[in-house]
Amino acid sequence: MSQVPLTHILIVSSALFFIGMYGLFTRRNLITMLMSVELILNSANINFVAFNRYLYPDRLDGVFFTLFIVAIAAAEAAVAIAIIINLYRNFKSIDVEAADEMKF
Amino acid sequence: MPNSAYIVLIPLLPLAGFVLLGLFGRRYFPRSSGVIGTGLMVVSTGLAFWVAYQYFAAYLTGGNQEIVPVRLSWLTFSPGFSIDMSVILDPISVMMIVVVTFISLMVHIYSLGYMKGEARYGTYFAFLGLFTFSMLGLVLAENILETYIFWELVGCSSFLLIGYYFDRPSAVRAANKAFIVTRFADLGFLIGILILSFHAQTLDFRTLMSRLAEPDSRLASITTTSFLGISLLSWGLALVFVGGAGKSALFPLHIWLPDAMEGPTPVSALIHAATMVVAGVYLVARLYPVYAYFGSGVLQLILYVGAASALLAAIMACTQTDIKRVLAYSTMSQIGYMMFALGTFHPGGEAGTLGYTAAMFHLFTHAFFKALLFLCAGVIIHLVHSNEMTDMGGLRKLLPLTHVCFLIGCLAIAGIPPFAGFFSKEDILLAAWHANKLVYFIGLFTSGLTAFYMFRLYFSIFWSRPVREASGHHGEDRGGHPREAPFTMKLPLVILALGAVFAGFVPFSRLVTLSATPLAEEGVRFFWVFPVAAALIGLGIAGYLYRVASDRPERAAASVRGLYRFAYHKFYIDEVYSFITKRIIFNWIGRPAAWIDRNVVDGLMNGLAMGTARMSAAIKGFQSGKVQDYALYFFIGMAGLAVIFIYIYT
Amino acid sequence: MSVSAVVFYILSVVILGAALVAVTSRKIFRSAIWLLFSLTGIAGLYFWLQMEFVAAVQIVVYVGGIVVLIIFSIFLTQQSGKDLPAPVRGRAFFSALAACAGFLLTCSMLTRYGFRPAENREGEVAGVGGNSGPVADVGNIGAQLLSTTEHGYVLPFEVISVLLLAAMIGCIVIAMKTKPDNK
Repeated sequence: MSQVPLTHILIVSSALFFIGMYGLFTRRNLITMLMSVELILNSANINFVAFNRYLYPDRLDGVFFTLFIVAIAAAEAAVAIAIIINLYRNFKSIDVEAADEMKF
Repeated sequence: MPNSAYIVLIPLLPLAGFVLLGLFGRRYFPRSSGVIGTGLMVVSTGLAFWVAYQYFAAYLTGGNQEIVPVRLSWLTFSPGFSIDMSVILDPISVMMIVVVTFISLMVHIYSLGYMKGEARYGTYFAFLGLFTFSMLGLVLAENILETYIFWELVGCSSFLLIGYYFDRPSAVRAANKAFIVTRFADLGFLIGILILSFHAQTLDFRTLMSRLAEPDSRLASITTTSFLGISLLSWGLALVFVGGAGKSALFPLHIWLPDAMEGPTPVSALIHAATMVVAGVYLVARLYPVYAYFGSGVLQLILYVGAASALLAAIMACTQTDIKRVLAYSTMSQIGYMMFALGTFHPGGEAGTLGYTAAMFHLFTHAFFKALLFLCAGVIIHLVHSNEMTDMGGLRKLLPLTHVCFLIGCLAIAGIPPFAGFFSKEDILLAAWHANKLVYFIGLFTSGLTAFYMFRLYFSIFWSRPVREASGHHGEDRGGHPREAPFTMKLPLVILALGAVFAGFVPFSRLVTLSATPLAEEGVRFFWVFPVAAALIGLGIAGYLYRVASDRPERAAASVRGLYRFAYHKFYIDEVYSFITKRIIFNWIGRPAAWIDRNVVDGLMNGLAMGTARMSAAIKGFQSGKVQDYALYFFIGMAGLAVIFIYIYT
Repeated sequence: MSVSAVVFYILSVVILGAALVAVTSRKIFRSAIWLLFSLTGIAGLYFWLQMEFVAAVQIVVYVGGIVVLIIFSIFLTQQSGKDLPAPVRGRAFFSALAACAGFLLTCSMLTRYGFRPAENREGEVAGVGGNSGPVADVGNIGAQLLSTTEHGYVLPFEVISVLLLAAMIGCIVIAMKTKPDNK
């Protein structure tokens, strides 16, 4: 583990973050947007764990943050799915391009 | 002593009448507006007489005084230069308030009967009150800018009253013409005010005159600087005179006065005979010390313009057939007399200032007999329902009182002794004799013409045809009794007739003079013979031609056919003006200005607006309503800020 | 170049590659499966970092829970065999550009900063039996999670429980079928 500098892990997690961001901006389907959001959350998790392991190996704070983020992500995914199902029932489509009521 | 503040009530009472009747007259006082307006005028007239009595009593014992009873500082630019609202009492202003209030009262009483039953009765009396207030303010003003303010107000009241019958297009046109011509002249007046007050560094009349009169080094520029070869002082005085000439309908700015007869007859009596049209004469008299001692060139101009107006108006009056227009041209002629009297100043002795006194005296007497003539004309028009002389004739049995009053008025204006016009006209001709013999002969000839056309009018109305007895429908009131006019219309006629007879005996040369000391008259022996002879000759010719209906007038006119036609068409001056305005001003100035306004100015504004609209439409696309677009913009902004704060702003 | 470094690079490739395909795939079911692979790769990365507990949680919750949830919702809402519509052209280009720009910005900041680990641990491998401090094993995690002393996380733990309860109830309420009024 010491052969890989911390910076490389952070670069990996940044790349994952921006891939997730690209997916968030581009995908037209609500479920695929949710998947991109999960990628972003995971990149934050990787950051926490890496910092914990490299910079503060005698503490556990990073681990706890990670655990909590995982729990919250799960709750959030569940609520998002519920909303998507509700939307699908009402409009028979989950294309996010159709939701432009707030335009000029 | 008339130096108390109650003097401001004299103009303010008619103003109160205007406000009250203007705002509430139509709803609350539909029939009593006249009485209210007249009541206020009675009080105002009483106050004016009281002030005059006190002032002149003190004047005769104590010498000249110029009293300023009220001064309200309005806008102060610097310690010596401010626009105030103040009142000045000196001989001419006291005389004018007497004249204005008295004639206005007569017209108010007359209008009670003449305008009875009009739909806008209250509005009429409101406008009369406004006019009286403005005219009184004008004559009492101490400050040249205050004079200008009231000058414009007088013009506005005149416009409102000429256009009183606004459903008649001819009346509307006449009101516009009067306002535009006088406004155009007022431009000259304003420029003159600015020149004079800038150089004298004050707006106040007395300080203005004293500063322009002394060769102070600070003001030397006004006499030494010259523009186009004429000194600035002369320009200023000439431009002020132009303003006065417009209001007083002197040649060539006279075109509005005949058309102004479209207004009701009492209005013509008040405004266009006795008071407003003499405002120009009053203005020159106000500034007379400056004109007299420093503006001798301008005085020559005034002399000739006055004489030309007097003569040309008399010639034009000989051919007109509308009774009111004859009287209008007669007014213009008499004002010409007053103006050239003012122009006859020559230095050296008191005799040189006789013109000033004579002009003021003629103004005083003219007010009486001209108002009398107009009000009689109103009675006649009321009876005959027409203005044309050809519809009248033989009315002397139908209108006995009017007949006598009209005759008195004609005798007064012709200058037959002992009526009022004789004394004042003699003084004017005496002043002209001492100054300029040519002008004297013009004046003499014009007085003959005056007698001719006035008696032409008299004979055509009251003689000319077989006498009309009181017949069935004309001149009867509802009860079936033949009536000439109601009492409210007859009373002013009687009072004014008395004035026309006795006003000549007022000792003006002791009361109203330029140097504030009584004027010793240098009479020329038997001087009075010539004007009276000229008048009697004119009277005789008129009688010969018009006393009995015949074709003598037509043969006389045919013998001077070209001149007759030229005079009948008022020397084609209206056509010249019309040509200048339509062909030159409209096409060369009006149209390009309109084009610039529409295309350049509006185009610029519209272009700006359209540019803004297009830019906004382009930016509008950012608000697409799609969440992902917003997220993208959000990220871009954040990244930008991060770059700025991390790399650039350290 | 030791073996662990090689392992790390292989894991990164798996993570990033799977993520990339997940966000660009046209078929939604395949996209979900690629996400699954990516999340598993992340779990592998945790294992490589010797945080076993976190890796286990990752697999159980993320892979076994969330991805399954997503797959169920795909089945519930649409035909999973159909192709997804293509992204809006302008936006795809600008998003890619923004993502690359952001990535480069972050990388430059990271390399400039140069994280230094805590001084007295330089060069040491933290691992089983080598440390003098707490180790990331289940017992320690559990004890610290519920401790009330300093560095104890019992309060967030309770709050998370309430949050999970609220989320559960919320989901049910949102996704409930309202009874049709048939009167």
